[in-house]
Amino acid sequence: MSIDETTAARVAKLARIKVEPDALPALAQEFNTILGFIEQLNEVDVDGVEPMTSVTPQLLKKRDDVVRDGNQQAKVLANAPDAREGFFAVPKVVE
Amino acid sequence: MSELNKMGLAEARDALRAGETSSVELTDACLTAINSAGALNAFVHHTGDLAMQQAGAADERIKAGDAPAMCGLPIGIKDLFCTKGVPSQAGSRILEGFLPEYESTVSQKLFDSGAVMLGKLNMDEFAMGSSNETSIYGSAVNPWRRTGDDTKLTPGGSSGGSAAAVAADLCLAATGTDTGGSIRQPAAFTGTVGIKPTYGRCSRWGIVAFASSLDQAGPMTKSVRDAAIMLGAMAGFDSKDSTSVDLAVPDFEATLTGDIRGKKIGIPREYRMDGMSDEIEKLWADGIAMLRDAGAEIVDISLPHTKYALPAYYVIAPAEASSNLARYDGVRYGHRAKMDHGDGITEMYEKTRAEGFGHEVQRRVMVGTYVLSAGFYDAYYNRARKVRSLIKKDFEDAFASGVDTILTPATPSAAFGLNEMAETDPVAMYLNDVFTVTVNLAGLPGIALPTGTNAQGLPLGLQLIGRPWEEAELLSTAYALERSAGFMAKAEKWW
Repeated sequence: MSIDETTAARVAKLARIKVEPDALPALAQEFNTILGFIEQLNEVDVDGVEPMTSVTPQLLKKRDDVVRDGNQQAKVLANAPDAREGFFAVPKVVE
Repeated sequence: MSELNKMGLAEARDALRAGETSSVELTDACLTAINSAGALNAFVHHTGDLAMQQAGAADERIKAGDAPAMCGLPIGIKDLFCTKGVPSQAGSRILEGFLPEYESTVSQKLFDSGAVMLGKLNMDEFAMGSSNETSIYGSAVNPWRRTGDDTKLTPGGSSGGSAAAVAADLCLAATGTDTGGSIRQPAAFTGTVGIKPTYGRCSRWGIVAFASSLDQAGPMTKSVRDAAIMLGAMAGFDSKDSTSVDLAVPDFEATLTGDIRGKKIGIPREYRMDGMSDEIEKLWADGIAMLRDAGAEIVDISLPHTKYALPAYYVIAPAEASSNLARYDGVRYGHRAKMDHGDGITEMYEKTRAEGFGHEVQRRVMVGTYVLSAGFYDAYYNRARKVRSLIKKDFEDAFASGVDTILTPATPSAAFGLNEMAETDPVAMYLNDVFTVTVNLAGLPGIALPTGTNAQGLPLGLQLIGRPWEEAELLSTAYALERSAGFMAKAEKWW
């Protein structure tokens, strides 16, 4: 399956990465090279094979449902490009 | 004792404990070496003041008779590890100015063990690359050069800065991380030792995530013994990483006997790739002979799905990366793009990520987005995860048949020139990891160590792959190979 410029633009949009229109043909070409490589997987018989979900077979450890840390507002916000009044600040979200 | 920085961990530790030198002297020697090695571009954030402080504290500990494994030993930390109050950028513009408020578990463990941090080390952006060329800092440079040729070579990637720094004696050892070969390939390119432990052996907490089901931290060192010492200090259960495994960490150095008599070493026939170079073929054959001479039994094995490991990896790793890197949105940390009038939050995201991520990272995030998108999830992502199950089963079958360790080349070639791969398509660069990536997919421990040089005088490495959780046996086998190979060459200083 081959990726055209429209699909490349759609993927860029989904990934929230701005791609200028004149960069789309090269991007689509790169996608096609990589997907062409990936297509080899179609040669493998995977009937009845379970997809791998855990690298090491183990149950997730459980802990008591109690607060272990918190009250770190200043630290959480310390690296924000824009923090105001104890919140992360972003451009207007709703019209 | 001149040139203290040329020591390895074991030698320096013994000298410190014997009172023959101090951590302050050792650290000072490394800082001096780093200052004159700007041409290697290995250290990208310098923490000399912190290092001298830590060294002073370590000397006090040693005097008081409290000298844990890494006490007073100066090391470098890959830029992927979050280090409290010290820039931690993952080689990316998008984390410019980011100062973590916390310490990664692995670096904390190393500090608890007395290690001294000299600074942060160059790497491919978000650990995505095999040549260190995707770094925002520019590429690290391999201290090795071809005989009679001053072409700058790659130290490999993604832990290229770590490999260059260790090979050039700027530090005694360094941390690395390995998602598809990022410890073992640079180790092979620089004549150093690098081990990727079993998935779950080292905590991933506080390490900038690339592909969470594949990422593992490990040491990059000057010898197998040093790898054993440092891995012991890095490993162990951590409740903050749900995939970290609650298993006792053995004393890897104590079991380093190099006695491999009667051990079965598997030689996988599928690793004999079409077009394999004569020098790699010979290196592998020499390694087989060395292990046989040391008393091991050599058996041919088959890992039938090897060919599909790289394609599966280039579905799974980008898929996980696209999800992990969604957090870089210009809101919580790092870079935010300047906005134009009328831009809303979507434009802010899109511009921030376009400016903050380099080309390779953008490409992988988008490939990951594509393979996870509606309509393609089963065809790509789920199929790749099924193939991954088969790759893991290949290894399980080999180990079930009685094989203890598997021997393969570490890389398809010696270090190549910087920019040499610039014109090729991305897949050509991906082939660097052809021998290492299977190990990440199966979650196994793997170690690369130097066993020879090519005709141009560049180091070449072999890889040993062990059973899960049996790093101790893997290291001991590597120790036997290291002794037989007797690789002593060092890069001639030009920088």
